[in-house]
Amino acid sequence: MADMMQFDLVSPERRLASVQASEVQIPGADGDLTAMPGHAPVITTLRPGVLKVVHGSGNDEYIVSGGFAEITAEGVTVLAEQSMHRTEVTQEIYDKMLAEVRAYHAEVREKGLDANGLIDDAAKLISDMVAMGDHIGLSND
Amino acid sequence: MPSLKDLKNRIASVKSTRKITKAMQMVAAAKLRRAQEAAESARPYTERFNAVMAGLAASVAGSPSAPRLLAGTGSDKVHLLVVMTAERGLCGGFNGNIAKLAKQRAAQLIGEGKTVKILTVGKKGRDSMRRDYGQLFVGHVDLSSVKQISYGTAQNIARDVLGRFDAGEFDVATIFFARFENVISQVPTALQVIPAAFDEVEGETTLYDYEPSEEAILNDLLPRGVATQIFAALLENNASFNGAQMSAMDNATRNAGEMIEKLTIEYNRSRQAVITNELIEIISGAEAL
Repeated sequence: MADMMQFDLVSPERRLASVQASEVQIPGADGDLTAMPGHAPVITTLRPGVLKVVHGSGNDEYIVSGGFAEITAEGVTVLAEQSMHRTEVTQEIYDKMLAEVRAYHAEVREKGLDANGLIDDAAKLISDMVAMGDHIGLSND
Repeated sequence: MPSLKDLKNRIASVKSTRKITKAMQMVAAAKLRRAQEAAESARPYTERFNAVMAGLAASVAGSPSAPRLLAGTGSDKVHLLVVMTAERGLCGGFNGNIAKLAKQRAAQLIGEGKTVKILTVGKKGRDSMRRDYGQLFVGHVDLSSVKQISYGTAQNIARDVLGRFDAGEFDVATIFFARFENVISQVPTALQVIPAAFDEVEGETTLYDYEPSEEAILNDLLPRGVATQIFAALLENNASFNGAQMSAMDNATRNAGEMIEKLTIEYNRSRQAVITNELIEIISGAEAL
């Protein structure tokens, strides 16, 4: 079994990373999971959170939100709707993201769109976002 | 016969037109490069996304619990045509070709007794569709204030479309845009986005575990798929627009050059005629003495 695998992180606008990695920690919708070479094939959706890549020359952390990850034995491909390197996330950007999900929550609640548990989903989105903010040390006001 | 002064003025005006078209051509060329880069960098996402979706869609196809975005509403009475054009003209047949394709489709659908609704993106398409199909318009997205097309732009359009779908306003949605082939060829294209259609998966497919369930993932991803396709179409359109504008302006510049040459010859000829005339007058005056 190879001890490295291909890791790709792409957002609609650009390719953020394409490296050989030994370990990828993914914030899956049903909980975090760590993919290592030889992992069983899985497709999982993402919740807003921090994605951590361990590769030959150290670690990298990315903020991801929305999208999914495709894990195979040979590699991991993450397609995230919003994604940036952790060092690029400023308080300002984070505030904007948080404001967006809060606005979305307010909107579905106002319209009473509770068809598929949409309100709960939106509330979870906010708490995920807040947890992510805590993790990277940004304030949630 | 125009006077010398008229000719001189016309040459000056054509020259300044040529300067403008030349400048526009260079601006379009620079923008085209950026637009192409943007379209290129969006490609890996779209490709992976469609591949995964195709696999997922194939595995739930035919099951009664398949989401409506994939299986459709069960009828195809009401069609929504999303016509995506540019905000500006001076780009040859670019806007006209997209509008023409959309009009043909609309006429065909109406002929089959279907109801057609039209959502326009970009001012030019709206203008050229208005005369024939103005009463079918249900909305318009203005992109004139958007400098750089981002995924957010596409998301907003997708949200609009999906909102209408959830409200039961239509059964089938098709987007119209120009696929960028190269600088001289942009192909007007119609692409059905709702219900989602994916290419058949080729070769061996991996059996994945799905987390959470396949259906939950599909429900989450299908709306994103609409946004992704609209985003890709917007980028293609943008590249096509700049390509079309570049070649249109290149033609215009060349035409202006030819016109200047012709006018200059005419100007010189009439100037020569005037001089000859004067000479004849002088000579015949001298002979008369």
